[in-house]
Amino acid sequence: MQTIFSIGVDALAYGMVLFVISIGLSVTMGLMRVVNLAHGAFAMIGGYIASYAARDLGLAYALAVLLAVAGTILIAIPIERFLYRRIYGQPELTQVLMTIGITFCVIGIANYVFGPTLKTIPTPDALREPVSLGFRTVSAHRLFVIGCGAAVALGLWYFIERTAFGVKLRAAVDNAAMAAALGVRTEIVYAVSFAVAVGLAAFGGVVGAELLPIEPYYALRYMVTFLVVVSVGGAGSIPGALAACLLLGAIDTTGRYLMPEFGEFFFYLAVIAIVWLFPRGLAGRAK
Amino acid sequence: MALTTNSGAASLTGGRLTRDAIGVLAILAVAVLGYFLFPNNLALLTRITAIALLVLSLDLVTGYCGVATLGHAALFGAGAYGAGIAAAHFGITDPIAMLAAGILAGALAGLVSGAVVLRAHGLPQLVLSIAIIHLAHEAANKASGWTGGSDGLAGITPDALLGHWQFDLWGRTAYVFGIVLLVLAFVILRQIVRSPFGMLCRGIRQDPVRVRAMGGSVHGTLVKMYAISGAVAGAGGALNAISTQVVGLDSLSFTLSAEALVMLVLGGTGSLYGALIGTAAFMWFEDVVSAANPFHWLTIVGALLIAVVLFAPKGLYGSLAAVFERRGRKAP
Amino acid sequence: MSAIFDVRNLKKMFGGLAVTNDVSLAMAPGDRVALIGPNGAGKTTFVNLVTGNLLPDSGSVTLAGEDVTRLGPTPRVRRGLVRSFQVTRLFSEMTPEEHVALAILQREGRSGGMFSSHRAMPEVMDETHALLSRLGIAHLARHPVSEIAYGQQRLLELALALALKPRVLLLDEPAAGVPQSDTARIEQAIADLPADLAVLMIEHDMDLVFRFAKRVVVLAAGEIIFDGSPDAVTKDARVRQAYLGSYADARSVA
Repeated sequence: MQTIFSIGVDALAYGMVLFVISIGLSVTMGLMRVVNLAHGAFAMIGGYIASYAARDLGLAYALAVLLAVAGTILIAIPIERFLYRRIYGQPELTQVLMTIGITFCVIGIANYVFGPTLKTIPTPDALREPVSLGFRTVSAHRLFVIGCGAAVALGLWYFIERTAFGVKLRAAVDNAAMAAALGVRTEIVYAVSFAVAVGLAAFGGVVGAELLPIEPYYALRYMVTFLVVVSVGGAGSIPGALAACLLLGAIDTTGRYLMPEFGEFFFYLAVIAIVWLFPRGLAGRAK
Repeated sequence: MALTTNSGAASLTGGRLTRDAIGVLAILAVAVLGYFLFPNNLALLTRITAIALLVLSLDLVTGYCGVATLGHAALFGAGAYGAGIAAAHFGITDPIAMLAAGILAGALAGLVSGAVVLRAHGLPQLVLSIAIIHLAHEAANKASGWTGGSDGLAGITPDALLGHWQFDLWGRTAYVFGIVLLVLAFVILRQIVRSPFGMLCRGIRQDPVRVRAMGGSVHGTLVKMYAISGAVAGAGGALNAISTQVVGLDSLSFTLSAEALVMLVLGGTGSLYGALIGTAAFMWFEDVVSAANPFHWLTIVGALLIAVVLFAPKGLYGSLAAVFERRGRKAP
Repeated sequence: MSAIFDVRNLKKMFGGLAVTNDVSLAMAPGDRVALIGPNGAGKTTFVNLVTGNLLPDSGSVTLAGEDVTRLGPTPRVRRGLVRSFQVTRLFSEMTPEEHVALAILQREGRSGGMFSSHRAMPEVMDETHALLSRLGIAHLARHPVSEIAYGQQRLLELALALALKPRVLLLDEPAAGVPQSDTARIEQAIADLPADLAVLMIEHDMDLVFRFAKRVVVLAAGEIIFDGSPDAVTKDARVRQAYLGSYADARSVA
């Protein structure tokens, strides 16, 4: 019973981390129709910045998170301006090549600057203590991660459904040409969405660092995980992405608990099975 | 009217045959040159030959059929483990039989991964291809009884080739074996890509809806091409197993899949020459750079990819061919 | 006279809306039928149902006595139901010669051959060039399609359809987007179609319809409201209502 409960909490936390990191990818893919393989690299950059700020500079956790998000966005702006804009509307193969090239570069540079070892992000004491729920105790960190995921989901939902920017965003996702004709400045929508996506990735990379440890091959190791969330959940769909993340989190965590010796085998098998069953995504509208 | 065009067709077919002959001669010339220039580095040259088969095989699927895949090393690895397991566990040590085992394993892997990958389109297709290579890697790692796991599969000792030529320490036999294999594959693939089947594949890449409206089977054709591609990649894997006498998990890696794609794009997709030129250029470059500074290799591959996308989207061969075509048009 | 192509009570709903409602249409070999209708009448849906790109909710499509309602597009083509596209769909990097040769080989079930070349098959090359000559584009046989004019691409579409030796041919606005100077060639090519072929043309251009069709079928709001001779169609009250009704309404509102 305790095991099932632990698996449940861990799976939920893992799913939420996946959600925070991948939702930006989902929105930008729905918006810009770019197959972006480098999204995980931005989460990794966030993790490295936070680790440097909190561990090496001794800054407070909250400040490290903020610095990570801001720093990652700052790094991403020139990359978007000079590299991504060249591949909007290009064939899929071109987009794959460009974004995998970016990923390789980021991995190589991270390996050079920070070395091949795992980087930890020291968390505040409050997050390290177990919390009693009355009938069970859970790690405060897991609760924090789950809370972050829920907050991001709600915040995004509000942002997209209830704000003027959200209206423009939805219009551009539906039909960019039409939105542009109606006076929506799509390049601004693109730039803002890209920044938000990258910022969320960095945020997810930091708060999820205990579940998805920061090391140079992070960007490659979890590439398929983030991509499968989008292809299963459907590009641009928040509920779809949430459902996909919780499903994948459950599969991965259960596999690790019950059959650790098989590593990721069952996870990849599940990925193939899910995409095989839903080649157009759970909602049936993935591009 | 019909008569004159037909004689034109005949001479054009002749022209293509001449071009194939030139291609074969060029491969042989480069091979002989390599043999005499780098007599101490034949192992690397053989490795390049094996990878060239992988990249040719990827070109069939990506360049000719338009399927973007990041999991093609699964076919190469299947060939390598197929040949290696045949030798290490079943005592099949005749190199030709090992090659056959590799080709068969590769074709089977091609059939299976083709059937899986072609189930979806676009991003989900890419996800499937990545998941396949990771799954194959994990499976090979787990089945260490058969594959040697992360230590690699050792105990592969191929017999003398055709009972005559021992696989020597300098790798001469392996090199000649590899070059013969590459030339054979090249000639067969040149024929296949210009056959009606090859034409159908090119048609599918350009407009699958049109192919269906002509009564053509898109899925069946692509799966067939995937199996052929698997056989070619499997031959490359088998060559690698025979020449190095060991099979490692790296032959089933995502990195190898991605690098094969880089080589193909560097040379130029949709042309067998592009695949060969891309492989040779990339592998040579890798050798030079990683000897100088192994730490930066991945960064450089990434930068190379970005540069190709930005400045030479047609690849080395494609860009050169375009230049010559423009000149050829101006000249007369 | 037995029907080569027989559509019966075809019905397709999108949401709550019947886009194709109880449509029946039969054609005999040699028929020349034009399908017309105002925008949004359901012509595209009808074509998709007939060619197998959409499955109907009810009703049947019969081809030469065989029920093909549940078959996909490819098997229907193989049974002789061939279509052309409203917007040209060709292989931009291939030549007209390769297009037609591929269609011929496809028809003969030889398109899977790996150890031959169409250029080494005299019978295929002869047929290809005969067909291209018939449509007046033989001189372009070896130019990539991306380099030839749109009107000539439309002719190549026709050549492709003919190379498949159809029994029933669906022409989806064959002259759409073609400059005035080239329409005569296309019309001529349509007039020269084999006499025993059943042709269903979807068309907006009424001049073309009257010159081509022996019979006109009018689709409006998913239903067939007229099926008769070209002479009678302009006098039919329901047809006038369907085409002019919206204008009349607009005027009364204004």
